[in-house]
Amino acid sequence: MHLGHPHMPTEAGGDAPARTVRPEGTRRALRIGLGGPVGSGKTATVAALCRALRARLSLAVVTNDIYTREDAEFLLREAVLPPERIKAVETGACPHTAIRDDISANLEAVEDLEDAVGPLDLILVESGGDNLTATFSRGLVDAQIFVIDVAGGDDIPRKGGPGVTNADLLVINKTDLAPYVGSDLDRMARDARERRGTLPSVMTSLKEADGVAPVARWVTDQLAAWVA
Amino acid sequence: MGRASDQCGAGGRATLLVLADGRFPAGGHAHSGGVEAAVRAGRVDGVATLALFCRGRLQTAGLVAAALAAAAAAGTDPLELDALADARTPSPALRATARRLGRQVMRAARVIWPGGELDRLAALRPRGAHHPVVLGVAARSAGLGDEDAAYCCAYEAAQGPVTAAVRLLGLDPFEATAVLARLAPEIDRVVADAVRAAHTGTEALPAASAPLLDITAEAHAAWPVRLFTS
Repeated sequence: MHLGHPHMPTEAGGDAPARTVRPEGTRRALRIGLGGPVGSGKTATVAALCRALRARLSLAVVTNDIYTREDAEFLLREAVLPPERIKAVETGACPHTAIRDDISANLEAVEDLEDAVGPLDLILVESGGDNLTATFSRGLVDAQIFVIDVAGGDDIPRKGGPGVTNADLLVINKTDLAPYVGSDLDRMARDARERRGTLPSVMTSLKEADGVAPVARWVTDQLAAWVA
Repeated sequence: MGRASDQCGAGGRATLLVLADGRFPAGGHAHSGGVEAAVRAGRVDGVATLALFCRGRLQTAGLVAAALAAAAAAGTDPLELDALADARTPSPALRATARRLGRQVMRAARVIWPGGELDRLAALRPRGAHHPVVLGVAARSAGLGDEDAAYCCAYEAAQGPVTAAVRLLGLDPFEATAVLARLAPEIDRVVADAVRAAHTGTEALPAASAPLLDITAEAHAAWPVRLFTS
């Protein structure tokens, strides 16, 4: 068992971490979940992370579409990764069930990716767009990112909820839209700090060159801790 | 409940509830048991037609699955049963679904009721054996009997489509659950038939088929937009 890897810092505290070794004895990939409301930019963040990290890491992505394969197809169309590194999971109309209550299909997708294109350093698991209560099971991911956006309302950090409060990283996306939708970025940052204590938050505008850099840095740090 | 539970003392009624629970984390929530295709075709449009659909599925796929699960729980060679399940599943899409669900039950059961028989089957069929076969071996590992395993499969044959239909059609959940409750005596009879067949021997296992379920499963697997995997 491996110590000091990223974990989900819920108030409930430390459960035994998900198994970290593959059946053949090699260390499995770090698994990071991305959740958040519909349209907040989860898929765009995944695409940007792939572009930023693919040259130095062996990567794969699992998407959880609600009723289509659109997210997987977007990633394929954008050619952020070769097609064999992207897998879509269908969620039976319940995206949160597939990442939290019954993670079977997602675990299968993760295992299949490691079998087919492994060894992998990192697997990103993108949830289907859901609500503010959606969080990942610790049996599925080692750390989770919650993506919200400024156009969804600048009161979302204040409202809190499991995703905003407990995710290992909070991403407040689309900062470029703030002036057009009347969102107060300072207030969002302040509320996020208040809700999250010492847990980190970053602001991103994926329209800018290398706009995903703060997220990519955080992911790289998680990976360094994972392999340490 | 089942024979084995009486013999070994483990795996009583509460254990059966754990395995039969619709929230048992083995991937079933993403499958509609064919009802999504039936809803799209207009054949299921409310509780009355849902009841007919479930009855048909119970008497065909449900009976076959229940008998395979009972035989596996009684200790029949799971690889032989897996081949018999293949022979009873003409639709490639449904064969893939059955193996996928079997793999997912295997993953859950090996954590919940670990045992050598599950490990052996997992090693021999790493991509998954047929769902009822794995379910029977899992029931055995949980200390449950053949009748218990048959109940899980027969109940699931109706419960899966009912849950999915509630989501697809926005049915009144009380009326939808009443469909299941009214099917209970028929589920009992299917289980009795399945267990009797399993006791007689593998040559007596039922092979009831539902050609329309097979055909629509093939079409459904090719839909670009759908809520359920099958």
